[in-house]
Amino acid sequence: MNNFQLLEYGAWGLSALLGLWMLIDLIRTDKTYSEELLTSSKEGEIEDALVIDPPHQGGHL
Amino acid sequence: MTQTTAVHGERISLLRVLGPGHVWALGVGIVLVGEYMGWNFAVGKGGAIAALIACWVAGLLYTCVAMIDSEVTSTVAAAGGQYAQAKHIVGPLMAFNVGLFLVFAYTMLEAANAITLGYLVQTVGSMAGFADTHDKPFIVLTIMFLAWLNYRGVYATLTFNLVITAIAFVAIWVLFFAVQPWSSVYMKHGDLLTGLPYGWLGVLAALHFGMWYYLGIEGTTQAAEEVRSPARALPLGTMTGIITLLIAATMTWYICAGIMPWEYLGQAVTPLFDAARLTDSTLLMVLLFIGTIFSTLASANGCINDASRAWFSMGRDRYLPQVFGAVHPKYRTPYRAIVFLVPVALVFAYFAPLDQVITFSILSGLLEYTFMAINVIMFRQKWPLGVIKRGYVHPFHPLPALVLLLLCSVTYFAVFLGYGTQLIAMMVFYIVASLWFAFHRYKFVRRGAQFTMPWPKPVGY
Repeated sequence: MNNFQLLEYGAWGLSALLGLWMLIDLIRTDKTYSEELLTSSKEGEIEDALVIDPPHQGGHL
Repeated sequence: MTQTTAVHGERISLLRVLGPGHVWALGVGIVLVGEYMGWNFAVGKGGAIAALIACWVAGLLYTCVAMIDSEVTSTVAAAGGQYAQAKHIVGPLMAFNVGLFLVFAYTMLEAANAITLGYLVQTVGSMAGFADTHDKPFIVLTIMFLAWLNYRGVYATLTFNLVITAIAFVAIWVLFFAVQPWSSVYMKHGDLLTGLPYGWLGVLAALHFGMWYYLGIEGTTQAAEEVRSPARALPLGTMTGIITLLIAATMTWYICAGIMPWEYLGQAVTPLFDAARLTDSTLLMVLLFIGTIFSTLASANGCINDASRAWFSMGRDRYLPQVFGAVHPKYRTPYRAIVFLVPVALVFAYFAPLDQVITFSILSGLLEYTFMAINVIMFRQKWPLGVIKRGYVHPFHPLPALVLLLLCSVTYFAVFLGYGTQLIAMMVFYIVASLWFAFHRYKFVRRGAQFTMPWPKPVGY
């Protein structure tokens, strides 16, 4: 096995890991929060006052 | 496990954290890959001069797109972009179709970018002397990594795009000055420009690939619900984006057409990288290779962002099953839409040929631009200037809309010359999808609640 093949296996492994991470988080989120809350977004909503979980800013801390 | 339910009035929305720079990065990030590869097939269709004419004609088409888009979206500031515009201005069937155009244009472009990135990594492996290299692991990794990034939050995603797009843009500038456009050391336009080898029909055929210089700039509107100040950031980001692309496109053509013959340029896979190789500078070769990789990544990244917003907003209005209208409570992204579109992109990237994927993307984009011309005429008729507040008013109305319609018609013909079967097949697909929507899905749509803009009734209502 050469170095490039190792790189290829690494890419497959990392892809599987990222996919798995998203799936697990999706399932966990769906189980933790009610469907009503998850689909409560309204189009064009400007104010953030009513938004839950304020410490988490979607990657913008 | 106990579920967190909504307290009265509690809601989750997308996060408003983006500025004009992110909007620029979204628009230019999707498109700049077209400068690094793809545009040069216009040279193969009609020669270098034809590619320059196509560059400017397509530039005019997209300037109209950017102006129209800036006005409408500064008013209809909602995720989904042109889908939300169609919903408010034209009607549900048009909105459904525009939503599909958006999702397919961006998902196909994402697949095409992933295929390209896989090919580039595989080429590097082969050049380094490794035998039996494969592109598939890197195609899949590109899609999975960028989907994960998008899932985790829009701010990090588009800041990443801003950095890599800026590097790719600067790389074109560096190459432009390195080839000394003021001298004839590298530039041989006098010898290499040979007129129009296939006449004016070649110019017409070149229009198809001339779109590559700018395809996707209209994607800036998808950030409408995540920018801090939509009325300011969207027109500013979009207009600076199209100006950036006009400059980058002209510089790219000037460098490539002056350094290699059109017969080679018309078939090159990575024309800007090839131009750097012809300078014999290792530094430039590395820089332009990085630029090629970064522009491809930025494009795929922006496409995931845009396709998921369109899919999400259609789910939110129940044009699609409502489950897709969910927002992640922690990351504040349309997480189900992002995850759902991953296998779609993987299937196309894994099994479909690159040219078919690109053509499907271009044709979906073209249908979208045709809609935009009709849309802005209806918008001005139903809500004339002064009736509602606009963040930006585009000049010379209705001239840009009419020019856009004319150029779209010419480009349809150009596409028909090369890909007539695909054009017809795609039209059949959208007609079947429309029938499904009209006879099956429309009964689920939130007919009243979907109109969220605080506008007065339209003129003549």
